[in-house]
Amino acid sequence: MNHDIYPNQYIRGILDDTKVIAMVGASPNWNRPSFFVMKYLQAKGFRVLPVNPGAEGQEILGEKVYASLRQLPDKIDLVDIFRNSEAAGPITDEAIQINAKAIWMQLTVRNDAAASRAEAAGLKVVMNRCPKIEFARLNGEIGWSGVNSGVISAKRRKLPL
Amino acid sequence: MSDNSFYGFETLAIHAGAAPDPATGARSTPIYQTTSYVFDDADAAASLFNLQTYGYIYSRLGNPTVSVLEERVAALEGGRGAIATASGHAAQQLALFTLMEPGASFVAANKLYGGSVTQFTRTFKKFGWHCDMVDVEDLAAVKLALAKPTCKALFCESLANPGGVISDLETLAGLAHEAGVPLIVDNTMASPALCRPFDFGADIVIHSTTKFISGHGNAMGGMVVDSGKFDWAQNDKFPSLTKPEPAYHGLVFYETFGDLALTVHGHAVGLRDLGPTMAPMNAFLAITGAETLPLRMQRHSENADKIARYLDSHPNVLWVSYAGLEGNKYRRLADKYLGGKAGSVFTFGVKGGYEAGIKLVEACELFSHLANIGDTRSLILHPASTTHRQLTPEQAEAAGAGPDVIRLSVGLETVEDLVRDLEQALEAI
Repeated sequence: MNHDIYPNQYIRGILDDTKVIAMVGASPNWNRPSFFVMKYLQAKGFRVLPVNPGAEGQEILGEKVYASLRQLPDKIDLVDIFRNSEAAGPITDEAIQINAKAIWMQLTVRNDAAASRAEAAGLKVVMNRCPKIEFARLNGEIGWSGVNSGVISAKRRKLPL
Repeated sequence: MSDNSFYGFETLAIHAGAAPDPATGARSTPIYQTTSYVFDDADAAASLFNLQTYGYIYSRLGNPTVSVLEERVAALEGGRGAIATASGHAAQQLALFTLMEPGASFVAANKLYGGSVTQFTRTFKKFGWHCDMVDVEDLAAVKLALAKPTCKALFCESLANPGGVISDLETLAGLAHEAGVPLIVDNTMASPALCRPFDFGADIVIHSTTKFISGHGNAMGGMVVDSGKFDWAQNDKFPSLTKPEPAYHGLVFYETFGDLALTVHGHAVGLRDLGPTMAPMNAFLAITGAETLPLRMQRHSENADKIARYLDSHPNVLWVSYAGLEGNKYRRLADKYLGGKAGSVFTFGVKGGYEAGIKLVEACELFSHLANIGDTRSLILHPASTTHRQLTPEQAEAAGAGPDVIRLSVGLETVEDLVRDLEQALEAI
């Protein structure tokens, strides 16, 4: 996979195949990006399970916080990483061990070695992107901020969910 | 649905940003003539105001018609996002507003549109911004100016107005990046149909959409386009993007929006607090204009080339500064950056100086005497007595607007008619 530019079909495929997301580095602070990304994804119908050893046992947006990916009770489709590029390495290895289907590293987070290990194990990988922005981009709701959505279509757009 | 990076330029000019309207199915982009938008509930309103979700709040920050034009121009330039503004001047101010602080400086080419020179060197002083004007063909001088610790950006025009000067974008981008600052390119005169500065390393593109993008001389507008490629966190020069923003409860734009940071900041802080928003009606006219940009630029360039050659052989014409002519100093750069074309705005020197220049513009019947460029109509101007008269004689000369200089913006009329008009006017002086 070329991780500098992702085809729309690739990103859409991952989002379509995802029902349950583990969010590593989820914050209980309402003004942190992880918090409002989680809130947005919940509103779009995803189940999001927060992982953060510092907030273990607390609740974020109605979901119990777990200390690590291994403790999660449910099968995880996508692991969304809100940690720095270095920390994304061992988190990716854990994600492979729990049989996640895809890894998603947030904006400014990129670990090519970890991505290669995940891809070798059959996982899909997205780096330096945000699932909230990508979901909005592909569903025609991000236009207000002047973003080049990369979508061309002569079909009537669906109203945002 | 597919990825616009796989579509051709002409397709993007017509389709980018403009899928059929989701509410009505309208195929042409509707003019959303509204100031404000209802909130679903209080929680949704709070999320919108905190930049935590997407949607329209108030047309000063964003409007669906304006958004279509933003996406259109971003796609044509190959950028990540764009901010539409009320005019090209507003776009320059808005782009620099995110990068600059009181006491900061930036480096600009000394061969620029005269209005930009005045804005940069006089009006921006009131914000505590300092502009160092340099000859961007003197690379040592550019390097020296960029090394100033307060420096935040390098600014040039891809094709300069009105001197016909072409900037060596790739070289300048290299120097800017060595100094840890972005290269900002005013691409108004070339338009993305002739030149895409991001392909040569530029980081931010500025447009006066009033000119070729809109193309019909009927709608004011400007645009800031971000490539999304500049690393704002590589040094501590850009705190607006890398430090917590108090007005948004400590949100950090670069951390939160990544390669969209400049685009979001331009709307959420720039347009919100400076207020130079584009009107939806003007956006609609520019969207319609942009659809024919590739066709128009082709014909503009062909007509200009024929007229430049005619003038070049006229006894009352001292010189013609058009990069399309053999032997022109910028011909090589035109081949590299403008696909061998040289645009439709250029200057020539008329025998007889200042007085002859005024007589010539007054003698034209078909060329309109006015201060604009990039219209379907052909335009003529004597910069020394109009657009560049705020400048000192030295500044005017440096900007390619000396006393004998005539500027043409060649339109889309029958080219033989344009030649005839110039012929009778040159005989009248």
